[in-house]
Amino acid sequence: MKLLIKGGRIIDPESGFDRVADLLIEDGRVAQVGSSLSESGVEIFDAAGLIVAPGFIDLHVHLREPGEEYKETVASGAEAAVAGGFTSICAMPNTKPVNDNASVTRYIIDKAREARLANVYPVGAITRGSMGEELAEIAEMKEAGAIAISDDGRPVMNSQVMRHAMEYARDHNLVVVDHCQDTCLSAGGVMNEGRYSTLLGLKGMSVAAEDNHVSRDVILSEVTGARVHIAHISTGGAVEMVRRAKGRGLSVTCEVTPHHLALTDESVLGFDTNTKMNPPLRSEADRLVLIEAVRDGAIDAIATDHAPHHADEKMLEYDRAPFGVIGLETALGVVLTVLHHQSGIALTRIVEMLTIGPARAFGLPRGTLAAGAIADVTIFDADREWTVDARRFKSKSRNTPFGGWKLRGRVAATFVEGREVFRAE
Amino acid sequence: MAFNHKDLLGIRELSVEEINSILDTAESFKEVSRRSIKKVPTLRGKTIINFFFEASTRTRTSFEIAAKRLSADAINISASTSSVTKGETLIDTARNLEAMAPDAIVIRHPTPGVPHQLARLIDAAIINGGDGAHEHPTQALLDAFTIRERKGRIHGLQVAIIGDIMHSRVARSNTHLLTKMGAHLRIAGPRTLIPTQYEKIVEDSEGSLTVCDRIEDAISGSDVVMMLRIQRERMSDAFFPSLKEYSIQYGLTAKRLELAASDAIVMHPGPVNRGVEISSEVVDSAHSLVLDQVTNGVAIRMAVLFLLAGGKTEAHSD
Ligand SMILES: [Zn+2]
Ligand SMILES: [Zn+2]
Repeated sequence: MKLLIKGGRIIDPESGFDRVADLLIEDGRVAQVGSSLSESGVEIFDAAGLIVAPGFIDLHVHLREPGEEYKETVASGAEAAVAGGFTSICAMPNTKPVNDNASVTRYIIDKAREARLANVYPVGAITRGSMGEELAEIAEMKEAGAIAISDDGRPVMNSQVMRHAMEYARDHNLVVVDHCQDTCLSAGGVMNEGRYSTLLGLKGMSVAAEDNHVSRDVILSEVTGARVHIAHISTGGAVEMVRRAKGRGLSVTCEVTPHHLALTDESVLGFDTNTKMNPPLRSEADRLVLIEAVRDGAIDAIATDHAPHHADEKMLEYDRAPFGVIGLETALGVVLTVLHHQSGIALTRIVEMLTIGPARAFGLPRGTLAAGAIADVTIFDADREWTVDARRFKSKSRNTPFGGWKLRGRVAATFVEGREVFRAE
Repeated sequence: MAFNHKDLLGIRELSVEEINSILDTAESFKEVSRRSIKKVPTLRGKTIINFFFEASTRTRTSFEIAAKRLSADAINISASTSSVTKGETLIDTARNLEAMAPDAIVIRHPTPGVPHQLARLIDAAIINGGDGAHEHPTQALLDAFTIRERKGRIHGLQVAIIGDIMHSRVARSNTHLLTKMGAHLRIAGPRTLIPTQYEKIVEDSEGSLTVCDRIEDAISGSDVVMMLRIQRERMSDAFFPSLKEYSIQYGLTAKRLELAASDAIVMHPGPVNRGVEISSEVVDSAHSLVLDQVTNGVAIRMAVLFLLAGGKTEAHSD
């Protein structure tokens, strides 16, 4: 089985390759990259005018299976992923039950195998039930296929427990992914603390809650030598701490979401609960720092924190509605619009943040188009304009803050291990 | 009359003309309250629902009296008697309310934004009767009415607002209204109860807004001193140590009131915690307009109901 992707601009940040060329795929691997390749008996994909990139990797999604299949399943989440150009997604453990043992890890992997769409990498819990007290069976989850550990959504507040988790994760060469939030400082908060929370009378979550927790994790990373990945970084202060940690040679990486790059707490005016997520939309000043950190490399990856919720659950009072928005199918359009078209960040850098950046952070064997690499490929049109219509999403949920937005940049086709899993109409 | 909104959700969205138009309308309704038969047929056949998710006898009664004096049918639904339970979505709530075919719905809710969310789902006029710590527009309007009645103007007055600003919708609505009307506001209270960037919540206006470090700085030279109610439960969240300490540090005593202009007026949205945020001596003094506020509340609510539920002609009479 051979596939020839012809005439696209191939961007492979890992190898530094960036020019119009052909890509030959054979038996699920990249066979050759070069000019005017021709081969008999191959399927041809005409990529003229399009960008050909390594398949996108999303380090942070919530698939809701097992337990809340009415919001999303592994299969529906994987379908949304490939429609958004993501060939690999990392599934956070806050399912019901929590993915804190090997049987849940295996269950997720089995479901993903049945779906045959995106690669799904389970993230195991740090602590049993993500209760923040006893360590989960981390090594067994790794054996079963977990590629990182996290208590996302329920930050480990006990610093001694976190220290032990890091030491143990280091033994097993797993990255510790932390949702950084001092939950005493942020207690009861539903949005960013600032002018808009004051105006709206909604309880705010101070940037100090995130900054405080990030600084603790940086310190513990130094103490333990563990690899630490800061999930959905959202404040200027936290970015600064990660930058300094990297400067000192610590193994600290971080990701940012498209919504934190595109929106601010001003969007909460009007009380649309699709502006409610955790960490919350921050100030314009924070947003601008995040964009600069993308540009200069302080942030390693774009991750969606895709968090599906049923419309009935979101249609509640602002303080009762659940946190979270979906993002797999809007991510590329949002980041290209905001980072490339509006902020002038090079496509190479953006592709890097969607491919080899996240692959390195979690140590995944993907994210490049070098000869011999696994042929996960995303082909997109960087200029194509489209309007977000949540009713057309493959995801089971509709909770997007970008409904009705005009975006520039859209996925044309997605291939996983050389197999076409999505093609735009 | 310059008032073309479907709803009254907050003061922030209103123009000075619209505020004046409500105040002027209330002027004419205040006269009704002085008659021996305190009733006009203006809203005969109209249905007003008072939908209260929070206990508030004072505001609910004021709206109820206002509706009755306009000959409207007033229905009270409180959270305990309605079918509203945890888990019911706002869409269900909206449908249940619409089923009663109301012309206006007054909503009081502990969460900011609920009147705004419901206003998008319901055809009837929505009146915000207080949403969490966000806005309480009719309270600010009655306060403005009371100040204007006593002082003859709002423009140029020095107004102090003292106490728990953080949890106060009264403070926010008054801040918007009084600065729009050209008053100079000085805010004071324990720092724990002054929300971040409060001085930045108003748009450009003829008035001004300053957050003071000391209550004395806020009161000095003030024409109006507005005291806010302090809730006992704030102690458990470590906002301040005790009611005793609060009253000593931040309470309005006759001595502190001496710092204000000699003809200063003292206001409080009620119910008053005597001896805590304000001393009995001050509440009962000639400076205090607490009872005028209650009387004027009815006139303001009549004006608001009239402007929002009144002017419309019957739709589809066939
Ligand atoms: Zn999280
Ligand atoms: Zn998450």
